[in-house]
Amino acid sequence: MHYYLHLLLPFKQELLLLIAVFILLLVQIFGNKPQQEWTMQWMNLLLLITVLTGFWQVGYATDVSAMFQLTPFSAFEKSVLALATYLISLQAYKWLLHHEHMIEFYVLLLASLLGMFCMLSATNLLFFYLGLELSTIPLAILANFHLQQKQSSEAAFKFIVSASFASALLLLGISFLYGCTGTLSFNGMADHLVVNTFSILAFVLFFTGLLFKISVVPFHLWTADVYQGAPVTVTAFLSVVSKASILFVLLNFLFKVFHSFAQVWHVMVLILLLLTIIIGNLFALRQQNFKRFMAFSSITQIGFILIALLGQNMAGSAAVVYFMVVYLFSNLCIFGVIALVAATTGKENIDDFKGFYQTNPFLAWVLLLGLFSLAGIPPTAGFFGKFFLILSGIQNARYFPWITFAALNLMVSLYYYLRVVVVVFHRESAAEIATIHIPQPVKLSFFICVAGVIIAGVGSWIYTYIYSLASAVF
Amino acid sequence: MIVNFLLIVPLLTILVLLLIQNTQYTKPIALAGSVIQLMVVIGVLLQYLAVSSFNNGAMLLQTDVVWFSPLHIHYHVGVDGISIVMLLLTALIVIAAILVSWKEALLQKEFFILLTLLAFGAYGFFIAIDLFLMFFFLEIAVVPKFLLILIWGSGKKAYSATKLVLMLIGASALLFMGIACLYYNEPDGLQTFNMLQIAQMQLPYAVQITLFPFMFIGFGVFTALFPFHTWVPDGHSAAPTAGSMFLAGISMKLGGYGLLRLVMFLVPAAAQFYAPYIILLAAIGILYGAFATMVQKDLKYMNAYSSISHCGFVLLGIGMLTPVALTGAVLQMVSHGLMTALFFAAIGMIYSRTHTRIIKEMSGLLVYMPFIGGLFILAGLASLGLPGLSGFTAEMTVLVGSWQQPVTAYRVATIVAAASIVITAVYVLRAIGTVLMGKSKEYHDDTPTDARWYEKWAGSILFIGILVVGITPFLLLKLISPAILYIQQTIFK
Repeated sequence: MHYYLHLLLPFKQELLLLIAVFILLLVQIFGNKPQQEWTMQWMNLLLLITVLTGFWQVGYATDVSAMFQLTPFSAFEKSVLALATYLISLQAYKWLLHHEHMIEFYVLLLASLLGMFCMLSATNLLFFYLGLELSTIPLAILANFHLQQKQSSEAAFKFIVSASFASALLLLGISFLYGCTGTLSFNGMADHLVVNTFSILAFVLFFTGLLFKISVVPFHLWTADVYQGAPVTVTAFLSVVSKASILFVLLNFLFKVFHSFAQVWHVMVLILLLLTIIIGNLFALRQQNFKRFMAFSSITQIGFILIALLGQNMAGSAAVVYFMVVYLFSNLCIFGVIALVAATTGKENIDDFKGFYQTNPFLAWVLLLGLFSLAGIPPTAGFFGKFFLILSGIQNARYFPWITFAALNLMVSLYYYLRVVVVVFHRESAAEIATIHIPQPVKLSFFICVAGVIIAGVGSWIYTYIYSLASAVF
Repeated sequence: MIVNFLLIVPLLTILVLLLIQNTQYTKPIALAGSVIQLMVVIGVLLQYLAVSSFNNGAMLLQTDVVWFSPLHIHYHVGVDGISIVMLLLTALIVIAAILVSWKEALLQKEFFILLTLLAFGAYGFFIAIDLFLMFFFLEIAVVPKFLLILIWGSGKKAYSATKLVLMLIGASALLFMGIACLYYNEPDGLQTFNMLQIAQMQLPYAVQITLFPFMFIGFGVFTALFPFHTWVPDGHSAAPTAGSMFLAGISMKLGGYGLLRLVMFLVPAAAQFYAPYIILLAAIGILYGAFATMVQKDLKYMNAYSSISHCGFVLLGIGMLTPVALTGAVLQMVSHGLMTALFFAAIGMIYSRTHTRIIKEMSGLLVYMPFIGGLFILAGLASLGLPGLSGFTAEMTVLVGSWQQPVTAYRVATIVAAASIVITAVYVLRAIGTVLMGKSKEYHDDTPTDARWYEKWAGSILFIGILVVGITPFLLLKLISPAILYIQQTIFK
């Protein structure tokens, strides 16, 4: 008995989700439908436990024929993803409460999260690909969860088409990589990879597949439409959890598997990040729909995150993971407000928020904090996040001029975040949105997000903790 | 230890303001916080005097706690004479700004929280020794201004607020790149943000030359360096009175103070290399600001453009690099802070009564408001450098210090700067003549009243400051000079 427990312990986060998914499915098939609210609270609790287990009894473990590896770092990454999902689930309260497919929503959400967990722990490309698909396909269904709206189906369709295209590239890349090295395990590949035309081609295909998922320019074209069409909750999940998981995976690949390729991918990353920041900024300037706006804002943020990849392994990966923690809190501040407003009034345009402060001061402050944090303004955590990203990227003096250019783009991004603030604090006319009642779970999520935005920066222990985890791995 | 209270007191004030429900206590709490803060500053001053030996300009009363250990970032604060002078200035202006806004009716709680947050940023900036900490506080002192202008401002407020913040954040981005690059280029791969430690090491000359423009422009934008001064007029004129006072009185000093630290601790060799450019830009700024002021029709715009001219003196003093000129630069920061704050306060008081700031639409106001008119005149006279008031001592010190540089071109710049004082006299006297003197307008139902008690207090506090700097500058010099001598030693070692 003890032996089996020992064997299962490394999978505790995955197992929790897996069991929950199956229970939900069984309930859906056989059971009487339980009360909606009751189920949602259980799901929230489950996610919270998943977050906490990431800090309990984590060590190094390898399993499933050495395809699965648990490290304190990956356990922390999983906790970050679970935390984001927990907050999103809290924020979805108002929307889900009367949704007829609430249980399916959680089945898909948890399945997607499970896929990401597998991806993060994979040490073999097959297992990795399994996780990737498990995380992607439920997302396409989730994007369609506004059952009555055509736009939602359009979003789902666009998502699945671009995701499968990306997967195709990725698979081709994987098979080429297998051709190059004769192995699918990460360690084996890292040992056998030599820089030549074929392996670079394989790398480019593989890399492109991943870049699609985090919508780096020029692979970003699906993002805005999908973000706009999908329900806000799903958009939040796409923009925070899905992106974070791929970025964590990228760290693993770039810093470990493709370490010998550093010269090659440094240049690629530099060009891509400059493109991403410029295009993301330019398009964000004139968006009217708040979700579309957030789509371009998140594209720009990805550009800034890529800066850290140019740095040294430890500082770079710590900066990325730390920034994702910050990004999660700040983005969810904003998405929480949008979700609540959308669920109550159905309004999603930035101009609808005119005079928002007059009627909903609390929500306005939450929104403001989130925007300021994304713009990188102290004392919010976004300032520290941006600072550390750029600080680690600049370590290589060759990139100094380019990164200076990228840093000046912060000014442009600040401009459009402030544009929203200007609208929110508009005083000349009456507010368009009446006072909104905030349900308890949503309130809780706001408190967590706001606390996160403030504490994650000034409280240095979060960064220090991440750094210590990263230094053990990289 | 006591230095930390400079940060704790505003934070506590903000916390209390956040927690109280009854808005009628907002103003007393904000005022009490700022007065306690002044007492803390005086406490810091006394303790500094007790522990400092006068030939030593080193940072004293230090607190050093590790903040982000992997990146060697510390919470490291301390004071020298210059910082104490700036702290005193900040404390006075914050009290005056809170008093001036006593009748603020709109969203009081938010207003005073933002004002205190600004003060928090400024205090932190003036005592920071760690560069990261300094940058952190500098940024904190930027964004509340945006909200202050946006919510409580007047005129083209959204435009002005955005312009101000974008320019300042753009400057910060450059500054940040400078700091980050410095961090990686220290000898022996030391990687520290500690200014004192960086001052001890010899940064390679090439590094200094490369980094100086980044940091110089970064701080320069804050202190209205020509040609990056364009945020000043718009920002100041759109801001509410307290906001303008804060902007001109404290925010523009952040840049000047930062430049001094930059010159003294970080890249002294580059400062010498770039001195001619600094002086050129400063001289252009002084003259341009003065001429631009002459054609302004709006009182706030007038004062904002004159700030560009006056802040040029700070830059001139820093560019000259002689001890007297540097001392003058610090004095000018204090003098300009007090004087413009008073000017803006007086303009705000006049505006709240006449509902116009256009010079031509007012005349003979002195009859109705002798006290406010008096403040206006005194601020104007301080601005044009009347002996006995602060402007005279400060600008004279800068000019005398500049003349000590025997280079012809520098002397031309000095003459240009001195000539600007005449232009200042023209616009100040003309404004006083039109607005206060002359035939009084007839008012039917809303005859302008004179200052209320809070306005009298606000004006008096600032005016006493101006007198102290003007009549007994040696009190400040006692604080400033040792620190300046210390700079002298670092630059020419």
